[in-house]
Amino acid sequence: MSWFEKLVPSIIRTDGNERKASVPEGLWNKCPSCDAILYNAELEKNFNVCPKCEFHMRISARVRLEMFLDEGEKEEIAAGLKASDPLKFKDSKKYKDRLAQAQKKTKENDALIVMKGTLKGKGIVAAAFDFGFMGGSMGAVVGEKFVRGVNESLRTGFPFIVFTASGGARMQESLHSLFQMSKTSAALARLSEAGIPYISFMTDPTMGGVSASLAMLGDINVAEPNALIGFAGPRVIEQTVREKLPEGFQRSEFLLEHGAIDMIVDRREMRDTIASILAMLTAAQVTSPVEETQTTTVTESEAVTEETIASSEGENQDV
Amino acid sequence: MDLKFLDFEQPIAELEAKIEELRKVEIDNEINISDTLQELEKKCEMLTESIFQNLTDWQISQLSRHPGRPYTLDYIDLIFTDFHELHGDRAFADDPAIVCGLARLEGQPVMVIGHQKGRDTKEKIYRNFGMPRPEGYRKALRMMKMAERFKLPLICLIDTPGAYPGIGAEERGQSEAIARNLFEMARLKTPIICVVIGEGGSGGALAIGVGDRLIMLEYSTYAVISPEGCASILWKSADKAQLAAEAMAITSDRIREQGFLDEVVREPLGGGHRDFQKTAMNLRETLLRHLDELKQQAEDMEQLLETRYQRIMRLGSYIDESVK
Repeated sequence: MSWFEKLVPSIIRTDGNERKASVPEGLWNKCPSCDAILYNAELEKNFNVCPKCEFHMRISARVRLEMFLDEGEKEEIAAGLKASDPLKFKDSKKYKDRLAQAQKKTKENDALIVMKGTLKGKGIVAAAFDFGFMGGSMGAVVGEKFVRGVNESLRTGFPFIVFTASGGARMQESLHSLFQMSKTSAALARLSEAGIPYISFMTDPTMGGVSASLAMLGDINVAEPNALIGFAGPRVIEQTVREKLPEGFQRSEFLLEHGAIDMIVDRREMRDTIASILAMLTAAQVTSPVEETQTTTVTESEAVTEETIASSEGENQDV
Repeated sequence: MDLKFLDFEQPIAELEAKIEELRKVEIDNEINISDTLQELEKKCEMLTESIFQNLTDWQISQLSRHPGRPYTLDYIDLIFTDFHELHGDRAFADDPAIVCGLARLEGQPVMVIGHQKGRDTKEKIYRNFGMPRPEGYRKALRMMKMAERFKLPLICLIDTPGAYPGIGAEERGQSEAIARNLFEMARLKTPIICVVIGEGGSGGALAIGVGDRLIMLEYSTYAVISPEGCASILWKSADKAQLAAEAMAITSDRIREQGFLDEVVREPLGGGHRDFQKTAMNLRETLLRHLDELKQQAEDMEQLLETRYQRIMRLGSYIDESVK
């Protein structure tokens, strides 16, 4: 505040901060891309896509699954899993405190939510990353929940879909998180062998260990428009190669051009597109040999769950 | 100060240099000071022992990337015979940061895959500091498939700072290349032994690191990110790498405590770089033992794959509140 403004009587003073606070919160939103002021109710109706510039805003895992699945009965899978902090990790802050903070902020236990529901009447298992929970980072809980989702697909024969939004593996769990890359990939290999479709739906951002495992392994790899998707972060690459990155580098359109993804799908069309694709992929699935393999996978997947439960009960939770 | 030695190795280096000088004096002047020399050598050994008994995690991290440390090709030379290097991914290029080939281990044919770092500046650049590009991982995958087809056990030697973060690598699908290897290794129908021989750098290491055994050399490390990388993100300063190294539990002994390892291969006093032969022989003995076990298990391939799968599923610790 300049000396002149201080002289002005407070009644006629127009302080920037006060003016902002006087607008009721949560009624209006500003598009981070085109700065358009948007009415929230309108924005929600438009699937949190800016009606002016088509910018796809980040949304929480729960909102995503609500948007994607049919209204009505849904069953959350493995909701009771929580991080165990195996390394008692501490940087400037304790990992435990960071977890508590993220749990309070997102009202979720960890960065992945898995649900069994229906899409246009057909059964499906859907998982979604919550970027708001420690950057959607993948630790042991995320990996295990993902695998339980895959096991549910193996048990029911329902297709599996994941919506990724993650900075990568969770540093605070070191190898416990790194190994989730192999764990989720191994489970997907089983799903693939069972002939059950897996769709990876990448949203902004999908990086590091998540990108280099479950996200790139879809039978169909889909991305939302303009999502940042890659292995190394742009800043790291820039520092390594010491040159400016090309325009649109690591964006969905760039990946499509380079053959890494099958298609880009607008969020407002995701239900229609995915339902249409899955209908075709599963059209031949209702033959008898498939049923046979399904019964064998039931026992297998149950064995898996028992194993993992048993190992997670260990006194220091170290596996 | 000799740059071939790390900070904490300097006292040892100095003492060794002194002994070497005295030895020259002894020969040149034809005098007998062998008692003194022996005493000094013993002192040197004790000094090495005392330094290596109390290594910090950060010092071990430095040892794991010691410029003199044995690399994949050194082990291939010392442990295997009849090595034939096989090149290329058949699609884009050959990546010198990963070497692959057929070889014999005590007569038994195997497929060897390993990260390769360079010794001098020219070779370091040629090997891209051991940081593979997608074509390196795809070459490795091609060899894995070949190993499966011809029933050859697979031995993977891990030693990389990580997968290369470059523009071309991203364009050619670094993520997909790594992911595909994880996916395929989980169900590859041949025994797989993975050994971290130096630096186990995140996904770039894991991409040739899924199998029936995970073994680490005593002074190797394995982590989700380099200590420097972790420090610059969580502490906002790469100078805090020492703290990050400790927090992430990256050393072989601490990783074994977490139940991830089948074995830690001991290194000679002062670290693998001080005695290639001995280090290689220790590793060779370990490899043979595990290979024998796995070859027996591989007679029932379905069972081997099921055991591998369950092993992978147990990775990572969490709390399940719904079980109580």
